[in-house]
Amino acid sequence: MSTAVKPETEQTFEANVLKSDKPALVDFWASWCGPCRQLAPTIDAVAAELESEVSVFKVNVDENPNLARTYKIQSIPALILFKDGAELRRATGNISKQQVVDFIQKG
Amino acid sequence: MSIRKKVTILGSGSAGLTAAIYAARANLEPMVIQGLQAGGQLTITSDVENFPGFPQGILGPELMESMHKQAERFGTQFVYDNAESVDLSSRPFKIKTSSDEIITDVLIIGTGASAKLLGLESETKLMGHGVSACATCDGFFFRDREVFVVGGGDTALEEATFLTRFASKVTVVHRRDSFRASAIMVKRAKENEKVHFILDSVVEEIDDVAAGEVTGLKIRNLKTNEITEHKADGVFIAIGHQPTTELFKGQLELTENGYIKTNGVKTSVKGVFAAGDVQDEVYKQAITAAGTGCMAALEAQWLLEAEEEEVREQKAL
Repeated sequence: MSTAVKPETEQTFEANVLKSDKPALVDFWASWCGPCRQLAPTIDAVAAELESEVSVFKVNVDENPNLARTYKIQSIPALILFKDGAELRRATGNISKQQVVDFIQKG
Repeated sequence: MSIRKKVTILGSGSAGLTAAIYAARANLEPMVIQGLQAGGQLTITSDVENFPGFPQGILGPELMESMHKQAERFGTQFVYDNAESVDLSSRPFKIKTSSDEIITDVLIIGTGASAKLLGLESETKLMGHGVSACATCDGFFFRDREVFVVGGGDTALEEATFLTRFASKVTVVHRRDSFRASAIMVKRAKENEKVHFILDSVVEEIDDVAAGEVTGLKIRNLKTNEITEHKADGVFIAIGHQPTTELFKGQLELTENGYIKTNGVKTSVKGVFAAGDVQDEVYKQAITAAGTGCMAALEAQWLLEAEEEEVREQKAL
């Protein structure tokens, strides 16, 4: 995992994600999910590239079931972009690097 | 950046990785462009029980990680990217990814196939909100819920059985009354008391788009045309696969169903070989993909050797 991507938990989600100064991208994933593992290096690369623009977090849904429930995650990998504490948009499934960049920048 | 290669392989499923193992061991230093679904279809299955050499079965993702390591051990170079375009009009061939152009003497295509969808608007709108094409990814979110699986092949019945680990009830909707799936899969699903069947039927509509979640299905019986409504929390689509051949349209001969037309593993263009599900309308197994991947790498090796020999002979004259 790149240093630009931070693991996130239920305890710190509000402070780190919802109250983030920058837009926050959250990748909901699990170790048993093949496409999540395929998406991981893409997220690492985008996080490093867009470090000044967006904060990137990963939420393990096994370890944080309440967060998965709160955000009604029914499919992973799921990306949610938060801005000022609110969900701006979401995408599910493994997508390409360009699609992740577009998801962050254009929606 | 422009990269020059003797052998380039598109796809990293069992066809592509087996081709890589053989080509690497022939000192051809192959490059594998992995594609979006690195590791291919097996990365979203659970247990693989029919790949020889694993008497207790092996998890699909584990099998693919092992193949990847084996290819890497002999010097395969991996690119974690998607091919955006290919130019097969003259040799060497050109492949563009988002950041590089690869120029290659031989191209082995192992781009495989991707899951087909029903084609309903509600299916697209509710994808990720209760509609899924990957039971191993999303089954977890349907603990004690009622789910449906659409399809009648191995994938559908394997997913149905897998989903009983989580769901309280799994209903298989299939358009015929017999199954394409292997006998052992059918038996296993039928013996599982959580699995139910609605046969000779198709999904007509998935509710409820307005609510942004799956609440139920409308199912039409193809024999009586009767439409029934069923409560559902999730729907898993497993109605088969289509070959990934978009990049090659107009450049390679394709079959009526869109597969790459092959003679053995040779395509209509010299120097381009195809292996695995992208050219296989019949068997579509991990082991047959590996087998044709091996054939493609050997053909590539022989072609390059013959061409090098020709060059040497011309120089000698």
